[in-house]
Amino acid sequence: MNFALTKEQEMVRKLMRDFSENEVKPLAAEIDETERFPRETVEKMARYDMMGIPFSKKYGGAGGDMLSYAIAVEELSRVCATTGVILSAHTSLGCNPIYQFGNDVQKEKYLIPLAKGERLGAFGLTEPNAGTDSASQQTVARKEGDYYILDGTKVFITNGGEADVYIVLAMTDKAKGNKGISAFIVEKDFAGFSIGKKENKMGIRGSSTTELIFENCIVPKENLLGEEGKGFSVAMQTLDGGRIGIAAQALGIAQGALDESVRYMKERKQFNKPLAAFQGLQWMAAEMATKIEAARHLVYNAAYRKERGLSFATEAAMAKLFAAETAMEVTTSAVQIHGGYGYTRDYPIERMMRDAKITEIYEGTSQVQKMVIAAKLFK
Amino acid sequence: MKIFVCIKQVPDTNEVKLDPKTGTLIRDGVPSIINHDDRNALEEALRLKDRYKDVEITVITMGPPQADVALREALAMGADRAVLISDRAFAGADTWATSNTLTAAIRKLGHYDIIFCGRQAIDGDTAQVGPQVAEKLDLPQITYVKHLEIQEDMVLAHRALEDGYEALSVKMPCLLTAIKELNVPRYPGVKGVFEAYREKTVELMSAKDLDIDPDIIGLNGSPTNVKRTFTPAPKGKGMLLDGCSKETVKDLFSRLKDKNII
Repeated sequence: MNFALTKEQEMVRKLMRDFSENEVKPLAAEIDETERFPRETVEKMARYDMMGIPFSKKYGGAGGDMLSYAIAVEELSRVCATTGVILSAHTSLGCNPIYQFGNDVQKEKYLIPLAKGERLGAFGLTEPNAGTDSASQQTVARKEGDYYILDGTKVFITNGGEADVYIVLAMTDKAKGNKGISAFIVEKDFAGFSIGKKENKMGIRGSSTTELIFENCIVPKENLLGEEGKGFSVAMQTLDGGRIGIAAQALGIAQGALDESVRYMKERKQFNKPLAAFQGLQWMAAEMATKIEAARHLVYNAAYRKERGLSFATEAAMAKLFAAETAMEVTTSAVQIHGGYGYTRDYPIERMMRDAKITEIYEGTSQVQKMVIAAKLFK
Repeated sequence: MKIFVCIKQVPDTNEVKLDPKTGTLIRDGVPSIINHDDRNALEEALRLKDRYKDVEITVITMGPPQADVALREALAMGADRAVLISDRAFAGADTWATSNTLTAAIRKLGHYDIIFCGRQAIDGDTAQVGPQVAEKLDLPQITYVKHLEIQEDMVLAHRALEDGYEALSVKMPCLLTAIKELNVPRYPGVKGVFEAYREKTVELMSAKDLDIDPDIIGLNGSPTNVKRTFTPAPKGKGMLLDGCSKETVKDLFSRLKDKNII
């Protein structure tokens, strides 16, 4: 057993840290305040091959590994959770389904420009009435000659409106339940596809979260991803991998909050002593650090297992559950350590606390993660 | 065009701590980085490679085996070749012995058009190695380069001075030392990192490979003797002149005149 990162992974961490500190952190407060999608950051990430880290060079990727990708999301999220989720949704949900389930033509046409970062990806599964119960899809796709015609509405879609390519789930045969769901690759310019309401969110406010509206949307039949009726499996396996990205995002948020807290505790003086000299607060920081380290081991282990082709769904669910809850706890403690200042927008801590909450909700709530973990226990 | 870039791996800290007994740097627990000015030197070479066809960049460093990381990072940024000059015989070198070693390695590596160095390293701050290498190779040199153009076989450069710059031109081959005003270095690309470790190699050169006189390298070849290193005592507190600006400015001028500063 080896817990050490490889030299490659160490160097990815260093460059992601430098990039995040210099290019991402300076925008974090502004894009949160104004709900602005940081397009310029996405372009810079593309320039430095960050948009397809775990995919082979043949498909436009960096030729890296899952753990390096998780480290990239962690480091971005340490300073800006918005930027972290843009990369995570693009890579895990936009690119990975094509990488895993696409045919050669689809990989050539869609994966290469996505992994190079020339185009941005997104994933549409959730509907107004299909959240945790994602199998109860109401979006339908009926086949007409060489096309599928999609009708329905998706909600809460990360990178919605900003993405160029969407993986969309729809019912091709309602009678078959979740065996009647199929996955499609939909381009933003396809006739009958439009972007609906943009959500005004508590956190990750620079990330664009929108409805996707399909009204007689015409999708060429060659854009069916995987086999007809196998879409639910595409979605579930995609989310298994996506959880590693979100777990890494949660880990990064928690680490960022701890780093801010340690710095503040050294600077802030009360009763003629820095906060760092008070044992009660030291213990808070120690507990934060310990939980973060535990979360890191879970996240890295899940990424390592996926990279090695080992089973990882349970480990990814555990990593996401624990990292998300750690992020919420640690950011809440970090606000407490910062006191009144922590509650203001003069410090990044309140933003981190708002950002942390979503990690307990999207790509499977904490309760869904427990369902996944328990299902393995009682199989 | 063939470009050599000499880099140094240095400890990443603004507060270099010294061992009070030996007077040497405490490197334990301090992360290592490519020296800042050397990164500017590498960036300028990479920009020439972006602009012109057939540019090959070789990065060279003398250092312990751990300096491999600095070279891999340079490869990840886009350098083509990396050479690590490493041998226990080189240990303890001052700038003179270092430039002897680099010069010998550069002669072995063959043809070049430009040698880039950083102005100076943040750990030693001497700014001597680049100019010494130029002298020993009998090359024209431009130090403190803040702007650069290539015209046929000539390098046109702006050499920064305290109160302006000199516009100089030299014929290649030549040696240039870079300062931070020259450019903003790029990050290594993620793809570049994996290529640097999986597809590229760092070539090793030992003292034997250089056919160099053992008396001019390492501690033996170093005329500099470090008697003692110490952290200078902090300067006294500054003086604050309070009052209306007309009076304080007058006061300031008379004080500066008293000290013969103006």
